[in-house]
Amino acid sequence: MSHTPQISRRELLRGAALVPVAGALAACATPAAPPASTSSAVPVATSAANPFGVDAKKPLEVWIFDGGFGQQYATDIHQPLFKSKYAGVEIKHNSTKEITKVLQPRFAGGNPPEVIDNSGANKMDFGALAQDGQLQDLSPLLDAPSWDDPNVKVRDTIDPSVIEIGTYDGKFSVVGYVNYIHGIWYSQKVFKDNGWEIPKTWDEFLALCETIKKSGKMAPFTYAGKHPQYAYEPLLTMAAKIGGKDVLRKIDNLEDGAWKQEAMKTAAENMAEIGSKYLLQGTAGLDHVQTQTAQNKYQVAMLPCGSWLENEQKSTTPEGFDYAMFPIPDITGSDAMPYGTLHTQPGEEFMVSAKSAHPQAGMEYLRAMLSKKAAGEFSTLVKTVTVVKGASEGLTISSGVTSASAAVAAAGANTVYYRAFAWYGPLNDEAKAATGELMTGGLTPDAYLERMQKKADEIKNDSSIKKYQR
Amino acid sequence: MLFNRYRRGLFIASFLAAPVILYVIYVISPNIQAFYMAMTDWRGVTATPNFIGLDNFQRVLGDSVFWKAVTHNLGLLVLLPAITIIIALFFAYLLNLGGDKGVSGIRGSTFYRVVFFFPQVLAVTIVAVLFQQVFRPDGSGMLNGPLMALGIEPVGFLSNSGIAFWSVLGVLVWQAVGFYVVLFSAGLAGIPRDVFEAAQIDGASRFTLFFRITLPLLWDTVQVAWVYLGILAMDAFAIVWVMTLQQGGPDWSTTVMAAEIYRNAFGYFRFGYASALGVVMFLFTVGFAILSLRLSRRERIEY
Repeated sequence: MSHTPQISRRELLRGAALVPVAGALAACATPAAPPASTSSAVPVATSAANPFGVDAKKPLEVWIFDGGFGQQYATDIHQPLFKSKYAGVEIKHNSTKEITKVLQPRFAGGNPPEVIDNSGANKMDFGALAQDGQLQDLSPLLDAPSWDDPNVKVRDTIDPSVIEIGTYDGKFSVVGYVNYIHGIWYSQKVFKDNGWEIPKTWDEFLALCETIKKSGKMAPFTYAGKHPQYAYEPLLTMAAKIGGKDVLRKIDNLEDGAWKQEAMKTAAENMAEIGSKYLLQGTAGLDHVQTQTAQNKYQVAMLPCGSWLENEQKSTTPEGFDYAMFPIPDITGSDAMPYGTLHTQPGEEFMVSAKSAHPQAGMEYLRAMLSKKAAGEFSTLVKTVTVVKGASEGLTISSGVTSASAAVAAAGANTVYYRAFAWYGPLNDEAKAATGELMTGGLTPDAYLERMQKKADEIKNDSSIKKYQR
Repeated sequence: MLFNRYRRGLFIASFLAAPVILYVIYVISPNIQAFYMAMTDWRGVTATPNFIGLDNFQRVLGDSVFWKAVTHNLGLLVLLPAITIIIALFFAYLLNLGGDKGVSGIRGSTFYRVVFFFPQVLAVTIVAVLFQQVFRPDGSGMLNGPLMALGIEPVGFLSNSGIAFWSVLGVLVWQAVGFYVVLFSAGLAGIPRDVFEAAQIDGASRFTLFFRITLPLLWDTVQVAWVYLGILAMDAFAIVWVMTLQQGGPDWSTTVMAAEIYRNAFGYFRFGYASALGVVMFLFTVGFAILSLRLSRRERIEY
């Protein structure tokens, strides 16, 4: 009995490490090897009626972000329109509020769905998708004939900013479907009842804030304090208005000293002044719905937001509130961009997966979406403006959307946008953190810009983060 | 003889095989994969990540947000167990020995026991959502409403970066205390009554009774509580993620390691880097476990 054959713990561990089990298990969490190519079938010939060569026998899988716009527009408007031409293509419709959780494993596993409305707080990172070659090049879509008129290319039916903003690495890959128009939102009723005028200059704006504050009826200004991107939006738009479109281009391109430009300093100082003097009490801890509801209850006069506001608040807006928006006022008297300059940016972004089974059908689905009929019905259903030119003409839409559309028409070519925050998630989160502090007095404007510059430099010097240019 | 031993080994192995295989598949293997992923630049959507060696770990060193998270975890590691154990011991003592007679609880102790335990019944996410309302910064907040009614400026419990961390700590303590009151009560019940009675007859004050008798005899239980609370302090993810502004803010003032791992993976799609952060957190946790068991090692008192 003296010599019991025992395995020591060390030996057991060594044995476990050698067992090929480890290799067999590798598919559990780490990425799978790409599946063997199965697309040996002969591609379907293209024609004017079928520009991408949709195979009528292959299904099409669509994922819609179930957010502010719901999913009814997809099942009731877009899909029937697509089916009217390709009755044989079976559409698998899905929706979720958690795009990443549901779809990221599909990408890692090599069988992503064809069409994805990659939106919402839990969307997948377009930068990561682009870096890994997952985004279908949609350039053929731009040059294809439009759904409505075979003599007009899709390119000419949509807002040109869609193409600029949807381009990654020189490839147009993302279609922003909704045109978001940013501005300062107010109630026409409140302004009329109190005899308040829309401010055209920054001095007039501050004077108006002072008047509202003194009136004791409501607070002058608020923003969604929990989500400080609602504060950096007017800040950056203001900076672009003062210094021109290049101010934002430099920030997007991570140029040296981009955050420390003079225009950025003026804008940061102006926002900090609002933060210290004119905010609704408790602003820093309230979210967008709470602040917007405060405005609907006539507790605050103005807030910065985008054109989705009216639809988002439709259940709490009182009768006769009459939403409207005005652009950032003139700041210096010698601003680089004229009065009326707006931040407009396509949102609700759709993509086609390059490695899906049927990307041709995906592109065709987007072509159907970009038809005047689909876009117009979409606008009516969810009270918002799409990027399809003239699609909402002749439709009766609410006061806020009317006001926003008029502002866009007045702005003409004087629109600005930024992309750095979509490209670089860490920069976006730092901007939220720092802007929140700027607005609550925790950071001086100089310290704020210093900090943002440091983060931008950090990202620039990190070789693992892919860089984009515009 | 030999045959028997062989048969017995086979018999035991047949029982152990299934759980060991399951453990290897679902526990060991993901851990090993995490170590491997930490050395790639995987962004979560491709099938073929590049191997980049230790670059991610070098990046961790310069990640100021992650180190802020580390200091918050370490702060919690010191404060959370200390505060929770002190409060829980105090309550447990009152519930079991605080009565006039010395060896019974104060009046209504069974009722208090239920009340103290109540937070434990709630899911962490519910607690987080509940406290969002408690801490709300305007007139609708449970704490700020009365303050504002008295004409006092509302306190930014979650929106002031100087206060938010303490609010998180408060919620964690609030949630944990009840469980440890029950744990310590059970421990106290295991101590023979005559020890207390003898001490009382000898004229020991309540103070002496607690520090010379109760605490030493309860030491094993306190040690267990310390390790459990330490693990909670190293995690604290759910409360931070659901309750705080910008999930770890404002201005990174409440973020913890687990939150940064999640953010890097599912926010920035830097799965390789997030795995590296996970490995670092793993090392911290193992270090804590070894250290706390070593430091609190003591002679066990037999009775």
